[in-house]
Amino acid sequence: MGFLDSLDDPTASKNVIKEIVRLSSKLNKPFKIMEVCGTHTQTISRYGLRKLLPQNIVLISGPGCPVCVTASSYIEKAIALARKNYHITTFGDLMKVPSGTKSLEKEKAEGAQIDVVYSPLDALKIAKSSKSQIIFLAVGFETTIPAVCATIQKANEENIENFKILSAHKIIPPPLRILASDPELQIDGFICPGHVSVIIGSKVYNFLPSEFQKGCVVSGFTALDILTSIKILLEQKVNGKLGNINNYKRVVKENGNPFALELIEKFFEKEDAVWRGFGVIPKSGLKLKKEWEKFDGGLIDVNYDEPEDFKGCRCGDVLKGIIPPKDCPLMGKICTPSNPVGACMVSSEGSCAAYFKYERNSDV
Amino acid sequence: MCLAVPMKLVRSEKSIGVVELSGIEREVSLDLVPEAKIGDYLLIHAGFAISIIDEKEAKETIETIREYLSYGEENGVS
Ligand code: SF4
Repeated sequence: MGFLDSLDDPTASKNVIKEIVRLSSKLNKPFKIMEVCGTHTQTISRYGLRKLLPQNIVLISGPGCPVCVTASSYIEKAIALARKNYHITTFGDLMKVPSGTKSLEKEKAEGAQIDVVYSPLDALKIAKSSKSQIIFLAVGFETTIPAVCATIQKANEENIENFKILSAHKIIPPPLRILASDPELQIDGFICPGHVSVIIGSKVYNFLPSEFQKGCVVSGFTALDILTSIKILLEQKVNGKLGNINNYKRVVKENGNPFALELIEKFFEKEDAVWRGFGVIPKSGLKLKKEWEKFDGGLIDVNYDEPEDFKGCRCGDVLKGIIPPKDCPLMGKICTPSNPVGACMVSSEGSCAAYFKYERNSDV
Repeated sequence: MCLAVPMKLVRSEKSIGVVELSGIEREVSLDLVPEAKIGDYLLIHAGFAISIIDEKEAKETIETIREYLSYGEENGVS
């Protein structure tokens, strides 16, 4: 498809790896890099990059899979709403997320009105042709939030009264601060999420080098993008010049997408939010502003059970980079993509799912 | 979930665009990229175009890739 076809190349990748080997041989201790975004995790696993890199380069997956970090209580609330005859619409990734023995998929099988949509606009379309109350499960980071804003704007303009969202929207910079300052993790550099950055802009991450002395690089999603990003982090380390580099300039601007940012500002305000594995992170979630509360499904009063997480699931530790997925004793035994125990095994970009699909066979 | 795919804008009417990739067409909202023009490559996520791909920057990336293709020989690394 035109010029974009040439953005990846195995020979070039091989040569970047050689350069990485050369640079990493100058370091006297392991160099720990966190790839924040789940889509990066997927590329790393799919191309087996971990095995191609020198041993002293350690890649750790971060919390950048929105489904994985969504708290079980959110799933419980969605299920409770479905049981009250609200018509639930959701991105497909959420369907299998377990909460205790329940999931949206099982509820649907038992007759609840739950539909998978590709876009929040599709949920709005359903609302227009339906008499039921439609609730869209608004899960996602900055990449997805503007799409939800534009949909609410449309619902408002067209006076659609049976459309609401249940927001579990989260923003990326607050957990990055926590991870950067964690004395146990000792991350050397961050690969920052490409498509979140399309919206928020690359300069948002300036705090990583300036406040926390961590190198960082905004990266695209081809194998070559990730390898060149790793190379940039190593160069920073070797030359002693930590910084914030945009290695995805073809889509990420320094200031992000101003139209999208304006919409987020118009509809949402920050609130404290629970992240699986982290607990409550102050001002890391978004809820609708008071003037838009007619679209806020979170205000509907329903009772729901306190969620139980399956005993033994280490999702929380995986999301914080404390253990790699392979160290979870349930991996591949009790927990598989067709029968996930924890959220990290559900979404294809969850670290456990990516490991199961692409790397496990070469490890066992 | 933050997956986004580049597709080419082939038609548009007001804020609705039709984008194309390998012969497959899809309708998307252009609300977030009002300055998009026919022929632009757009990054599509959840039914919305979220960014216009900068052709000049993309070509520069391709240039860098070309440089890497000859890296091993020049540096005597293998
Ligand atoms: S393998 Fe399954 S049980 Fe173990 S941490 Fe991952 S999701 Fe949880």
